[in-house]
Amino acid sequence: MMDRPTGGGQPTPEFEAQQAAWEAASAKGKPRSGPGSGATDRTLSDIPLKTCYGPADTAELDLARDLAWPGQYPYTRGIHPNGFRDRLWTMRQFAGFGTARQTNERYHFLLAQGQMGLSVAFDMPTLMGYDSDAPHARGEVGKCGVAIDSLADMEVLFEGIDMGKITTSMTINGPAAIAVAQYIAAAEKKGIPRAMLGGTIQADILKEYIAQKEWIFPPRPHMRVIVDMIQFCTEQMPKWNTISISGYHIREAGSTAAQELAFTLADGFAYVEACMKAGMDVDSFAPRLSYFFNAHIDFFEEIAKFRAARRIYARRMREKYGAKDPKSWQLRFHTQTAGCSATAQQPENNIVRVAYEALSAVLGGTQSLHTNSMDEVLALPTEKSVEIALRTQQVLAYETNVTNVVDPLGGSYFVEALTDEMERQAEAYFAQIEEFGGVIEAIEAGFFQKEIADASYRYQRSVENKDRIIVGVNHFTRDEERGDMDLLKITEETEREQAASVRAVRESRDANAVAKALERLKAACADPKDNLMPHLIDCVNAYCTEGEIVDTMVSVYGRYTERSVF
Amino acid sequence: MDRPLRIVVAKAGLDGHDRGAKVIARALRDAGMEVIYTGLFQTPEQIVQTAIQEDADGIGLSILSGAHMTLFPLILDQLKAQQAEDIVFFGGGTIPPEDAEALRERGVQAVFTPGAPLQEIVDFVNDACGKRRALVG
Repeated sequence: MMDRPTGGGQPTPEFEAQQAAWEAASAKGKPRSGPGSGATDRTLSDIPLKTCYGPADTAELDLARDLAWPGQYPYTRGIHPNGFRDRLWTMRQFAGFGTARQTNERYHFLLAQGQMGLSVAFDMPTLMGYDSDAPHARGEVGKCGVAIDSLADMEVLFEGIDMGKITTSMTINGPAAIAVAQYIAAAEKKGIPRAMLGGTIQADILKEYIAQKEWIFPPRPHMRVIVDMIQFCTEQMPKWNTISISGYHIREAGSTAAQELAFTLADGFAYVEACMKAGMDVDSFAPRLSYFFNAHIDFFEEIAKFRAARRIYARRMREKYGAKDPKSWQLRFHTQTAGCSATAQQPENNIVRVAYEALSAVLGGTQSLHTNSMDEVLALPTEKSVEIALRTQQVLAYETNVTNVVDPLGGSYFVEALTDEMERQAEAYFAQIEEFGGVIEAIEAGFFQKEIADASYRYQRSVENKDRIIVGVNHFTRDEERGDMDLLKITEETEREQAASVRAVRESRDANAVAKALERLKAACADPKDNLMPHLIDCVNAYCTEGEIVDTMVSVYGRYTERSVF
Repeated sequence: MDRPLRIVVAKAGLDGHDRGAKVIARALRDAGMEVIYTGLFQTPEQIVQTAIQEDADGIGLSILSGAHMTLFPLILDQLKAQQAEDIVFFGGGTIPPEDAEALRERGVQAVFTPGAPLQEIVDFVNDACGKRRALVG
């Protein structure tokens, strides 16, 4: 019995006999019936699953080529040699509501509870480029996030917070360049130079057309604005991650895991190509691109997605785009648990869902994490529910010991096979996108939108017919669905207050300076060789409102309208 | 009933969350109705205009941005102003129960919240819009 161990080698006759016996026994099993039994043979994204995986499923895996070790190309096992032993992920809770004053108070609370970075949620008018007193803003001010109309609001938002020390992530896309300009201006007013500012801005406009739908200009001029911003931040803000290419919203819109993976990376590559086309060296900007994924409820599928994302990205950046700096090959990402997996029914159950989802993100090697609050399906979260969400991360980081070993699922027959399948499906989507001529062309053809709508409808059907069970929604329901949860209410008073405040800003500033700054911005919009960022910073410093800046840009670029498909 | 029910599925305000609206649109279509999806960012005025021009039996409004207490009533006002109150007006989204109740009291015929089965929505639309059709012809 001396040479029994064969892990990694050829299966022995004994092992093969065991396999045959298991297959025979397995074939005799009777699949369970009833609610939830209709989807036991596939993932949430409808990838077919075997009952059990074995060595044959990873026979094609080339250890050096496909896995290597943590911190080594192609980074399947993570980008850091020691994983979370050297550094935990950043716990970064997305927050913003009402006025800048209210949100500033929440930030002070979160920082006092041990949160490590800030993440700004803006309200719909801010995201769409309207001031709080615009007709389009009615009913929306301060509802989905904080209302930021001008530099005056940005100054209040960061009052008492050391912008030179804290890192800030801002989730804004259409007006992203304006928000960066406001952030720079607010910091510089406090004497903190832009070169010291750390954080990131989402600024991923492609996924807006694909999924989130918060666009302003049409895709082509919007790409110019983004490239200008990346170029400016690359040169002047060495600690700033210039863009956060996001799959989160693609998934929330109903995509599968493979679609989220493929569409997000395709967007990322489109930005890489646009920056290279603008004359930038790939290694000058690529190390500061970052990504943002969803952690949905199918545990292993999500882990496979994260691992595949790193591998695909590394390969393309090195082989296709010729990046030489290993930092350009490393996909760094933020994760948020899936809002769409949360339920309004028995909302406390969401705490449990979030914990599993967060675990998948950690096992997948995320760099930062937002855990959703249990009440977010009903309203913006209360302070109490946000605290539970943050504590969920702290329990994971400090009690479970899952941080002690890097990529603990590496080598699992199942997880490796699923990682390969994710990569295969993503590559197939890249080929389809290329057939359209690229991401923008595929957007214009409605390709992504249709793929997502189809997937979302398929999923909804599987819930309707109880192939899939959502606890408390289509099974295990009870009558009084909601207890006495306190919900955060944003009142109409907030809207009136904010509208009055933006009007006061307009009255108190130097009108001449405003007009001149906007005029120069307009000229720059029409001149593709002029970087827009310095002009935006001038406008912001003159207290131009976001709406005024956007209107000026729209006068050159126009506004996008979508051809809707369902 | 000779011709199928016609339903306008609408998104109002600045809310870009269109997953629910599209799923409902497709479910109503699969149930044999004619569905007109307005696309995003419509004003209450536009939505009611569309419904009148399309000779719709019902309007289904989807809101996930928290602006429901503003936008639902604005559409009710428009229906009244355009003398189109016979059009069945229903909706859904992330709407807390007490708000849903308040909206029903103000005249929204049904408010569906997250987790509502598609069949329940289809049944409601069939029933309410069918009755409307029987009255109006």
